[in-house]
Amino acid sequence: MALAEGVLQLIEDAAHQQEFKKVTTVWLEIGQLSGVEIEAMSFCFDAVTRDSIAAGARLEIIALPGSGWCMACSETVPMTELFGECPQCGGYQLQVTGGTEMRVKELEVA
Amino acid sequence: MCTTCGCGSDEVKIDGEHSHHDHDHVHADGTRHSHDHDHAPGAAHEHAHSHEHGHRYAPAHSHAPGMSTKRMVQIEQDILSKNNAYAAQNRRRLVERGIFALNLVSSPGSGKTTLLVKTIEMLKGRQQVTVIEGDQQTSQDADRIRATGARAVQINTGKGCHLDAHMVGHAMEKLELVEDSLLMIENVGNLVCPAAFDLGEAHKVVILSVTEGEDKPIKYPDMFRAADLMLMNKCDLLPHLSFSVAKAIEFARRVNPGIEVIEVSATSGAGMTDWLDWIERGAAGSRAQRRDAAAGIA
Ligand SMILES: Nc1nc2c(ncn2[C@@H]2O[C@H](COP(=O)(O)OP(=O)(O)OP(=O)(O)O)[C@@H](O)[C@H]2O)c(=O)[nH]1
Ligand SMILES: [Mg+2]
Ligand SMILES: [Zn+2]
Ligand SMILES: [Zn+2]
Ligand SMILES: [Zn+2]
Repeated sequence: MALAEGVLQLIEDAAHQQEFKKVTTVWLEIGQLSGVEIEAMSFCFDAVTRDSIAAGARLEIIALPGSGWCMACSETVPMTELFGECPQCGGYQLQVTGGTEMRVKELEVA
Repeated sequence: MCTTCGCGSDEVKIDGEHSHHDHDHVHADGTRHSHDHDHAPGAAHEHAHSHEHGHRYAPAHSHAPGMSTKRMVQIEQDILSKNNAYAAQNRRRLVERGIFALNLVSSPGSGKTTLLVKTIEMLKGRQQVTVIEGDQQTSQDADRIRATGARAVQINTGKGCHLDAHMVGHAMEKLELVEDSLLMIENVGNLVCPAAFDLGEAHKVVILSVTEGEDKPIKYPDMFRAADLMLMNKCDLLPHLSFSVAKAIEFARRVNPGIEVIEVSATSGAGMTDWLDWIERGAAGSRAQRRDAAAGIA
């Protein structure tokens, strides 16, 4: 998957700037509404990093909950899917406010 | 989500050459120089080059063995931030030259290349079109485009399942795009990954052929949400199929209420004038934007 390549690129850039040669753990923040499948990401991460500085690194996923602003209820409500309904009023007038993140948070390096 | 694409940009080739081995960059002012990774800001090719190949990890100085201790490094960066920076640079270069650029996305075989060939033929003498072709292997699609007389560059992504903005930036340099022209980018046939990668285009155009299921828009919502126009292709086959056009449109609007829809047949030519009109409206906007910007500077 393409996103795993993006993760590796950010790691390689950091390695270049901060002069480390081995990555042992990678923390990713992945929003529930980002469309990223954790299993696919883990699988691809292993494949993409096989011959890289991050070969064998542990992948830690921090899942961030989805949330949206419901116009009808005038409040922030939890969301579990991108085009889902408001859990309070059942309406679809929801604007996503959180949960679409795809970020490399930090690395443990040696 | 596809799991076959976990691989290296090392395999990317533009017209048969490894893009990152060709570090001869032509700038907008016509100067050519080989690459030393310190482009001045504002130069045509200003992105920081991460592709320094094998020497990347060569240590500047070696540490004594046994001295390495673990430490934490904060990154706090969006996974797509790098691509987005390249895309913004491509977009700026396109807008400056009044070029209207479209990113054509679809499943494999829905008719992207056939549609491009037809479009180029119908625009002949009216509008100059250049094409960037993305495929994992072969230059067949670029050859089909060149047979029409239009200029085309082929990007082969190897195992990669989508184009990214960095590859497209290099392909644009190769093409030396003409002011006020049209740039068509045919992405790798894949309804998943290309949705996430902005290339710097004005619009993504998703092609759904009527030989596929009506429910593709809800199965691949990210792509149909990212697109501004849906072309329903192969409509000449509708009499032989049970495909419901209305249902497909309903599904598409469920994930993207604002999406425009045009029904076409790239082989019979039906609906093509609506598609060309849509292009002309966009191209006129891009030309006007360039002229306004030029007037502003003058
Ligand atoms: N009947 C019919 N066939 C079409 C039409 N457009 C394309 N085709 C056929 O569909 C097949 C695939 O067309 P291509 O243009 O190669 O499709 P593509 O999307 O470029 O394919 P990839 O680049 O492999 O993803 C070819 O056999 C075309 O002749 C159409 O409007 N009607
Ligand atoms: Mg094609
Ligand atoms: Zn993919
Ligand atoms: Zn509500
Ligand atoms: Zn480059």
